[in-house]
Amino acid sequence: MLKVNNIEVIYSDVILVLRGISLEVKEDQIVAILGANGAGKTTTLKAISGLLNAEEGAVTRGSIEMDGRRIDKLSAETIVRELGIVQVLEGRRLFQHLTVEENLVIGATARGHRGTMIDQDLERVYHYFPPLKQLRKRVSGYLSGGEQQMLVIGRGLMSRPSLLLLDEPSLGLAPLLVQEIFRVINQINEESGIPILLVEQNARLALEVADYAYVMETGRVVLNGPSEQLTENEDIKEFYLGLTQLGERKSYRDVKHYKRRKRWLG
Amino acid sequence: MNWVLVPQAIITGILNGSVIGLIALGVVLIYKSSEIFNFSQGHLLMLGAFVTWWFAGASEDGNEIFNFPLGLAVLAAFLVALLIGFLIERIALRPMTGQPLLSIILMTLGLAQLIEGLVSIFFGIQPKSNFPAPIARTETFKIPFAFAFQGNIFIKKLLVIAFLVAVFGMILIVIFFKFSRVGLSMRATAEDHELARSIGINVPRIFGLSWAIAGIVATAGGVLLAMLTGASLSLSTVVLVAFPAILLGGLESLPGAIVGGIAVGLAQELVSTAKLIEIRNSSEIAPYVLLLIVLIIRPEGLFGQKRIERI
Ligand SMILES: Nc1ncnc2c1ncn2[C@@H]1O[C@H](COP(=O)(O)OP(=O)(O)OP(=O)(O)O)[C@@H](O)[C@H]1O
Ligand SMILES: [Mg+2]
Repeated sequence: MLKVNNIEVIYSDVILVLRGISLEVKEDQIVAILGANGAGKTTTLKAISGLLNAEEGAVTRGSIEMDGRRIDKLSAETIVRELGIVQVLEGRRLFQHLTVEENLVIGATARGHRGTMIDQDLERVYHYFPPLKQLRKRVSGYLSGGEQQMLVIGRGLMSRPSLLLLDEPSLGLAPLLVQEIFRVINQINEESGIPILLVEQNARLALEVADYAYVMETGRVVLNGPSEQLTENEDIKEFYLGLTQLGERKSYRDVKHYKRRKRWLG
Repeated sequence: MNWVLVPQAIITGILNGSVIGLIALGVVLIYKSSEIFNFSQGHLLMLGAFVTWWFAGASEDGNEIFNFPLGLAVLAAFLVALLIGFLIERIALRPMTGQPLLSIILMTLGLAQLIEGLVSIFFGIQPKSNFPAPIARTETFKIPFAFAFQGNIFIKKLLVIAFLVAVFGMILIVIFFKFSRVGLSMRATAEDHELARSIGINVPRIFGLSWAIAGIVATAGGVLLAMLTGASLSLSTVVLVAFPAILLGGLESLPGAIVGGIAVGLAQELVSTAKLIEIRNSSEIAPYVLLLIVLIIRPEGLFGQKRIERI
């Protein structure tokens, strides 16, 4: 359904950040994008959701298509309202002074939904994230990090997305909570059939829930494949899953790997 | 203090203050949604008064196009204000997207000059003392009150009407913000533009809307003032008392603007009851002195949003 064809993204007319990224999300899939800080993962999501246009960024080459329609020139508003592609921004961004329920409701009204549709969607969010129900009258800025993460994903769901873009949902959360969030992401995908494009640093969990994954490095895709295949990949094992078998490699490869590792972790 | 003058000052202060509060509200509306401090609010107000005056057919030079009764003239002026609000967003603000906030704020100063120029050209620079009012300006209530000067408090009936209209307008706006769908979008946009955009809110349209509503609020304030004093270019200077009211209330709080307005109205009237002539004559700076004191104690203003800081 979503096809990104060899796009190049430039910020402020001079800073080349994406150097030819291609990726695809098929119906019902969870697709993960892995990569170190600054690799261009967030930029990729923003190119898809149209948010780049607002911040001096532009797709200068290639194309992005949703169900065959070119979307790389559309405004963020059109992409959400007409195509249902919704990006949940990095860092648990919420409307701090609004209550939990207002934060959720606005996800629906901003897409033009009204009335009973909103009530149904609220129930769905409370079904996936039961703690939010008790908190619904609370000012959201005072929620804990985990509750906030539930809230922002919930807000994404309120738009009835046809594709959900999640940017680092595990950022800064305790390991148990991260597992819980990933369990729900998987559940959302399976029960509601919403395809998800997931940006993550936590490669182990991301590969567990994803059907397919891409690894990015300085604006390029350096590896891609079905998750099981990537999980078995030696480089991934070593750099992301921490399964290095020390002392087994010869010096040349070591040096090469060391360099790449530095770049990946850089 | 001249104690016998105080009861009268309190009543007049509150009534005046409500109108100041309404005017302050317009500035807060724009600030809340876009962080732009609109220095042209006073001029929008003055423009609104002139446009109403014009729709009411008060120019009396034989070429009036409209001859609306006051109510209809005000509605027509609201419509004009609405259009002007959207127009300002489209023509003046949108091209400045991405520019430093300061440039945009300075642009509103330029806008103020532009409005003043246009009003002078279209309506002339002479004050219009024949601004239509529902009742004569001189009509007053007399309320017996033992501690007041000569045992009575006098209240202009027009001022009471202005007070009721201002209060009604403020309640309407607060309800709109708290409970309507669009109000919710406006509050959300005020907090985080990028986030608002990411969920599908048309942020420029929300800006346009907040300017449109601010324009209507300004027009309402302009009409209330013009009923009391007539329409003139100098109406715009009322913002000099509205600005301290805004800062006093806390810049982004709607109830704050209202309370700030009343506090400023009271301060002005109470100072003018002083026995010392030097103090009595300083009622213009009284709001600023009050502002200074409040800001020392509460830098965010009386109702300013505390930044939520956790994580
Ligand atoms: N608005 C901008 N203007 C200029 N450069 C930018 C802008 N936004 C991002 N960049 C640059 O683009 C590169 C990629 O940034 P991006 O946020 O996409 O990385 P990321 O993979 O999401 O990293 P992280 O894991 O830290 O979130 C970085 O070098 C960053 O400095
Ligand atoms: Mg990122």
